Amino acid sequence: MSEAFDLFVPRPVQKAAEPVFLRQPHHNNPQTNAPGRIEISHLSKHFGTHKALDDVSLSIEPGTVTVILGPSGSGKSTLLRTINHLERVNEGTIQIDGDYVGYQRKGDKLYELKERAILKQRVSVGYVFQNFNLFPHLSVLDNIIEAPIVHRLLNRKQAIERAYELLDTVGLRAKAHAYPRHLSGGQQQRIAIARALALNPKVMLFDEPTSALDPELVGEVLDVIKKLAKSGVTLVVVTHEIGFARQVADQVVFMVDGKVVESGSATQVLDNPRHSRTQAFLEKVL
Amino acid sequence: MTETPLHHTEQPLKVVPARYPLRLVGAIFSVFILLVIIQSIATNPRWEWGVFRQWFFDPAILSGLAKTLILTLLGTLFGIIFGTALALARLSKSYLLNGLAWGYIWLFRSLPMLLVLIILYNFSYLYDNLSIGIPFTSIEFFSHPTVDLLDQFSVAVLGLSLVQSAYTAEIIRGGILGVEHGQHEAAAALGLPGYRRTFRIILPQALRAIIPTGFNEVISLAKGTSIVYVLSMPELFYTVQVIYNRSQQVIPLLMVATIWYLVITSVLSVLQYYVERYFSRGAVRELPPTAIQRFRLWARG
Repeated sequence: MSEAFDLFVPRPVQKAAEPVFLRQPHHNNPQTNAPGRIEISHLSKHFGTHKALDDVSLSIEPGTVTVILGPSGSGKSTLLRTINHLERVNEGTIQIDGDYVGYQRKGDKLYELKERAILKQRVSVGYVFQNFNLFPHLSVLDNIIEAPIVHRLLNRKQAIERAYELLDTVGLRAKAHAYPRHLSGGQQQRIAIARALALNPKVMLFDEPTSALDPELVGEVLDVIKKLAKSGVTLVVVTHEIGFARQVADQVVFMVDGKVVESGSATQVLDNPRHSRTQAFLEKVL
Repeated sequence: MTETPLHHTEQPLKVVPARYPLRLVGAIFSVFILLVIIQSIATNPRWEWGVFRQWFFDPAILSGLAKTLILTLLGTLFGIIFGTALALARLSKSYLLNGLAWGYIWLFRSLPMLLVLIILYNFSYLYDNLSIGIPFTSIEFFSHPTVDLLDQFSVAVLGLSLVQSAYTAEIIRGGILGVEHGQHEAAAALGLPGYRRTFRIILPQALRAIIPTGFNEVISLAKGTSIVYVLSMPELFYTVQVIYNRSQQVIPLLMVATIWYLVITSVLSVLQYYVERYFSRGAVRELPPTAIQRFRLWARG
């Protein structure tokens, strides 16, 4: 109990007030200031005969927050996974700042990228999982510095410095040497966010980041995401937290049966839903 | 509930531990059995403990022991290296590689160790010379008579390693399959390249499951090395046999081998405890105590 409580004690060292920290360009990585526009067009994905995504098209402006809502099984998570190429699509394309995810365009042909190139593409896209998926055998610090060192964005010393900055952002500097399983769910998810941010992504994808958490821990994770919303990174969040969507979303997308049935500003979709499925869903969750 | 009588707070209640009379009966019975065994072993002159003492540290026995240990070490080492490669091949997306590894494992799990050793020892009937070159051409970098290359020791190491790697491969594959799918995904989402995902993220976690079964294999290999006696290679067991065939002191010499095998297994078991302890970092809240820590706890009461 005392552990969970101490999270809410404000830390004087936190640099959270200045959102610049996240987009600070690194000397070795001059491209980090690229915006992060996502263009999804006519995307379809089947699992056997089941259509998980059915002709989904969606534009996400750089630096904005998009919240994807919808009943379970509506394809929200699948859509998110395709943006990071964790899932291959059957039809349609995704572009991030003009680059095709998983493919390279030459003329009017799309060439499938090799594993190495796909891994490189993923560097600009951060992914936060519902179950955190921290590496349990590595300390918090090692979890965060692993990817930037492997990708040679930073040397070890720089990576550690950066990791502490990020831990300040999520308010967990004191836990640098703890192992993930010794932390609460909320703390683990904040570490997972810090780990994803360590690569200076243009885009951050959140797959139901608070669904595996106790209700009292949801707030601390949402607070971190809210801070990110102001930092210029493009955020795409799959969630059931309507209140959070209302507060931070620039765009709310409502999906049913693999289709986008409605999208628009939070007030449009949440307060004046046009589609009957959206109305029915919102009545249940609100 | 507002006022508690004073005498309650001043005199804490006495706790009476529960008693289990049957446990006492069990303990007495165990002690009795132990005493019977010790008495029989100590007083029956046919155990010939004098002979045992005379041979236990004999140079011939120790050299046999050394060979057993070296065979175990090399078998384990090559088994792990080749077994890891086989396990990764079994999990690879290449059907051919996967099939080849499967075939290897199928073959060497099917053949008795004895058979493998004898086939290898007679390999020179199949091929007079072993050579390294470019297949289908006459270019050769190295060529040597098979008989010289495959002496007792190399056949023993080769045979043990070949069979051991087939079993080790399946143990390692099992460990890898046991690692949660989310770990693969998280590593992929961070863009970690394949070798890094395998050796930094997945295998260290798989090791927790691999180690107990892995040590089982090592222990069974340590004893299994005794099978190379068919090559007349003087490891521990063969040495003991040679000696008692000459001196007819069968039981005490078998006891020499018994005790040495017990020692080997005990050392390996202790090693296993500490290796397991090391790899449980992060998985358990508190590491299990080391032997010294446990002794201190016990001494403190």
